[in-house]
Amino acid sequence: MAYEMIVLTNMLIAILFAQSLNLITGFCGQVSLGHAAFLGIGAYTSAMLTKAGWPLAATFIPAMVVAGMIGVIVGAASLRVRHDFLAITTMGVSFLFTGIIRKQDMLGGEMGIAGIPAAYGGRVGLLLMTLCLTILFITIMIYVKRSWMGFVFESIAEDEDTAGVLGIDVRRFKLFAFVLGTAGAGLAGALYAHQVRFIGPDSFGFVESVTVLSMVIVGGIGSIWGVTIAAALLSVMPQFFQVIDDYKLLVYGLLLFFAMRFLPDGLGGLAKRFRQKRNPDRSPERSQA
Amino acid sequence: MIAAKTSSLLLDVKNVTVTFGGLNAVDGARLALEDNQLLGFIGPNGAGKTTLMRAIIGMLTPSSGQIILDGQDISSRRLVDRINLGMALAQQIIKPLKDMTLLDNVALAAGSGKLLSPIKAMIHRSRQHEQDIAHGLLTEVGLADAIYKYPAELPLGFLKRLEVARALARQPKVLLLDEPLAGLSIKEAEDMADLIMGLPCKGRGVILIEHNLSQVRRICKTLYVQNNGRPLAFGATEDVLEKREVQMAYLGKSE
Repeated sequence: MAYEMIVLTNMLIAILFAQSLNLITGFCGQVSLGHAAFLGIGAYTSAMLTKAGWPLAATFIPAMVVAGMIGVIVGAASLRVRHDFLAITTMGVSFLFTGIIRKQDMLGGEMGIAGIPAAYGGRVGLLLMTLCLTILFITIMIYVKRSWMGFVFESIAEDEDTAGVLGIDVRRFKLFAFVLGTAGAGLAGALYAHQVRFIGPDSFGFVESVTVLSMVIVGGIGSIWGVTIAAALLSVMPQFFQVIDDYKLLVYGLLLFFAMRFLPDGLGGLAKRFRQKRNPDRSPERSQA
Repeated sequence: MIAAKTSSLLLDVKNVTVTFGGLNAVDGARLALEDNQLLGFIGPNGAGKTTLMRAIIGMLTPSSGQIILDGQDISSRRLVDRINLGMALAQQIIKPLKDMTLLDNVALAAGSGKLLSPIKAMIHRSRQHEQDIAHGLLTEVGLADAIYKYPAELPLGFLKRLEVARALARQPKVLLLDEPLAGLSIKEAEDMADLIMGLPCKGRGVILIEHNLSQVRRICKTLYVQNNGRPLAFGATEDVLEKREVQMAYLGKSE
């Protein structure tokens, strides 16, 4: 049972983490290759606090706030760049994060932080907490998608310049997406730190950023269910098949390539096309209700 | 024009110059738009018409000059502020949002405050009010039958109308139309020109950039002509078109 619980918790954390990137990349169209840095920021913040005696649940807010604040700074610095340049800038953030952590003795430097206390209620407690928070985050995502914010995000993702001409404050909305998304990653990081109970700079490197991006791309940019399924599958696979774990970057790289080449709208898009084929005259005004 | 205070001046463009790498694409442009006026803006290809439009709306920053909207100097304001102060642009190269129906394309632009504040956008879900406005506008431009269609399903003539409806959804004081007739058939252009003729009203002036001179002559009482980025003429349409320098620059007549 213990093993299944670990796998399930990991899977839920991966879903939460992938959804937080889905908000930035999927909903708002801003590609990020450095999202693992925010998972790390949340993980370090939370781990330092629980080691200082805080209960895990009390560290969620600080982890989200610290990740979100740094998210705003990165977001503000990235406002001028788009597309490929944004990908490269955010990739820089990923390297910057691991580079800084390595040199901080206070944060364990190369050695990382070990002996992170267990969550209240042990594995079961952590699993339940993760389950509730992941469901909560997905609920918020569904809500955001249907609100005016989702409507505005959709226009920014498609064409920033046109959104600007329509009177949308593109900068503000992009920053808001960064705040929400990075705070979500911070929350996932807090849970992750107490799942593995040992974190180091390598836990949040470039490979992890590519992994989470491939979950979003394979799931289908902006599709909540597609990304949930992709994150679940892609997080569980390396735990069942040692080969995949050994060649992680290769496997995810190939997945990214094939998804972009043959399935640009991912699993979500595939499901949508399948539905439309079966119901060709579904009127579009219904689809957004 | 003489008593600026008492006149119903909506937009005053004063000596606007836009420089691209040492070249003046627009050089000292001066024009004025009054309430309820349809101002034609003509000039040969490369005259800097679109550049001036972009400078007026804030997509480009002029190197000098002033832009006054309804008595307020907006020269240093960003695009989004200018649009929310009452300007709208229908672009020459139409930019429909292709994943949305025509109704949603226009409803989005009618969202006003929800487009400025993410918090407001987050707490509002219903699009009903904006869709009602959008429905009205799409009907006004003659697209009532196509509101649930996606842009990819429609010909250029429809999308040009969509672009106008979307600009109108901003309820602009100053509406800028960049070549709305370009690419349309003679019949479509005629219909579109009729539509444009009805757009100026109390509290709204329209600037129309257009190459279709016969339609411009038909619907605009006032013309502004620009050539090589410089203002060439400004005044009543018939007087302006009589001018020798306008004919030489624009119509290519030598005598």
